[in-house]
Amino acid sequence: MKNFVDENFELNEVQKLEGHTDRVWGLAWKPAAGIDGVPAVLASCSGDKTVRIWEQSPATGCFQCKAVLEDTHTRTVRSCAWSPSGKYLATASFDATTAIWEDAGGDFSCVATLEGHENEVKSVSWNASGSLLATCGRDKSVWIWEVLPHNEFDCISVLQGHTQDVKMVQWHPSVNILISCSYDNSIKVWAEDGDSDDWHCVQTLNQSNSGHTSTVWALSFNASGDKMVTCSDDLTIKIWGCDIIRMQSGDGNAPWMHISTLSGYHDRTIFSIHWSRDGIICSGAADDAMRFFIESKDDLVDGPYYKLIYKKEKAHEMDINAVQWSSLENNRLASASDDGTIKIWEFISAPGKKMHL
Amino acid sequence: MFRVCTRCVGCGIPDSGIGIVSVAVHKVMKPDCLTSLVRERERERERENDSGSDQRESRCSREEGEYVRDIRDPEHPYSLEQLSVLSEESISVDEKLGRILITFTPTIQHCSMATVIGLCLREKLKDCFPPHFKVDIKVAPGSHANEESVNKQLNDKERVAAALENPNLRQLVEECLYSSEL
Repeated sequence: MKNFVDENFELNEVQKLEGHTDRVWGLAWKPAAGIDGVPAVLASCSGDKTVRIWEQSPATGCFQCKAVLEDTHTRTVRSCAWSPSGKYLATASFDATTAIWEDAGGDFSCVATLEGHENEVKSVSWNASGSLLATCGRDKSVWIWEVLPHNEFDCISVLQGHTQDVKMVQWHPSVNILISCSYDNSIKVWAEDGDSDDWHCVQTLNQSNSGHTSTVWALSFNASGDKMVTCSDDLTIKIWGCDIIRMQSGDGNAPWMHISTLSGYHDRTIFSIHWSRDGIICSGAADDAMRFFIESKDDLVDGPYYKLIYKKEKAHEMDINAVQWSSLENNRLASASDDGTIKIWEFISAPGKKMHL
Repeated sequence: MFRVCTRCVGCGIPDSGIGIVSVAVHKVMKPDCLTSLVRERERERERENDSGSDQRESRCSREEGEYVRDIRDPEHPYSLEQLSVLSEESISVDEKLGRILITFTPTIQHCSMATVIGLCLREKLKDCFPPHFKVDIKVAPGSHANEESVNKQLNDKERVAAALENPNLRQLVEECLYSSEL
């Protein structure tokens, strides 16, 4: 991780992507694209019931819409996620289904539809190896699906525990630990039992252990997986830490501890948060603004603290629903908004430039 | 003509406002009413620009009231204003920041229609204001037995979006807003 503490930054809008006819809810950068001559690819999903695939032109560097995935979901597509290999795109919809799309050189076909949730599916996530898929939704449940050959998906567990709709699920980047966050203000950690194949909740982070006091909308892990960040309708961002060695040795019960709460940076619901591989946390909120934070080790007495390094007001005309760092280009990120647009940004250090905080 | 509301309402707040079985059709706002209000508002805005912007907020609130107070209550053959669900004081608009706060008073402490009224208000405002306006909708303090949970639900835009994609709820909201039956 780079030490950014003494650097100054600049955020440049590189391109605005227009095409969706309703609010854009989610974004996903395709892994294994954007290097070695393979063009960068971004997927976006929307209230217009479609998914759009945007590809960067090698000649101009501009992103263009290469495909529109439509006529499959009948309601809002709330979330999308690429499999680790980049071969599949999973899309979760308010129509109660999750669709799996196969990307054959830019031609997309829907190869599976996962049914089971009673109503709106709100989030979908692949584990690190691509062998498991998790979904969650308004029916308060979290489903774990096993990815089998020939585009078969078997539900291996339905996890109950949240008392309200589950807003997001996210797999840990290296260990098979699943995190979910909910309208019930809590964050839950799910792990598999050693001997049986049963999954269960090993920890609940809520108000009683320094957790959020309103809906938790999103979460993201840092690159090494020993920390995660969550954001909420309570207008705070929280950082959590875990003993990664213990977790990697197979102990799913390794507890997550509250490290830091960042408040006073957004004045409306914080919908999205994403931690870059370089250690920069970006948040996007209903105040139309984006904020950037890094860990600072200046003050080791109270442990690490997190410092605002850049703020962008009016990043969009309306609420920001998603911010997503590129998986490969370190300083590139995308944001999606209720205004129906997606913006591609470049976040770079600007030597000698004064920070305007 | 009025039809009598025959729905038997439990006290629980419907999850995402869903769970409505049958709907009575009541008195509603006439659509052309809105157009004239918008025109009136534009005229007033012009006057305001001519004469400075004193008391901008209170004036906006009054106009705002005119937009929404004729929405009918989903359970009653009366408009929201007639039922004192809404009044001029319950609406504040900050044009500069682009923010609107509406506080309404459900007719009874356990009004299970509060979330539907909230949806109607939100939809109505969407028609009347630029899309970038931020709208907060709340029940008046102390006016509802489940105040906190109703407020939370009214302002969760994901639930609102999902509710408005539900055909039954969409129809109910549209009946409240646009039906010209009297």
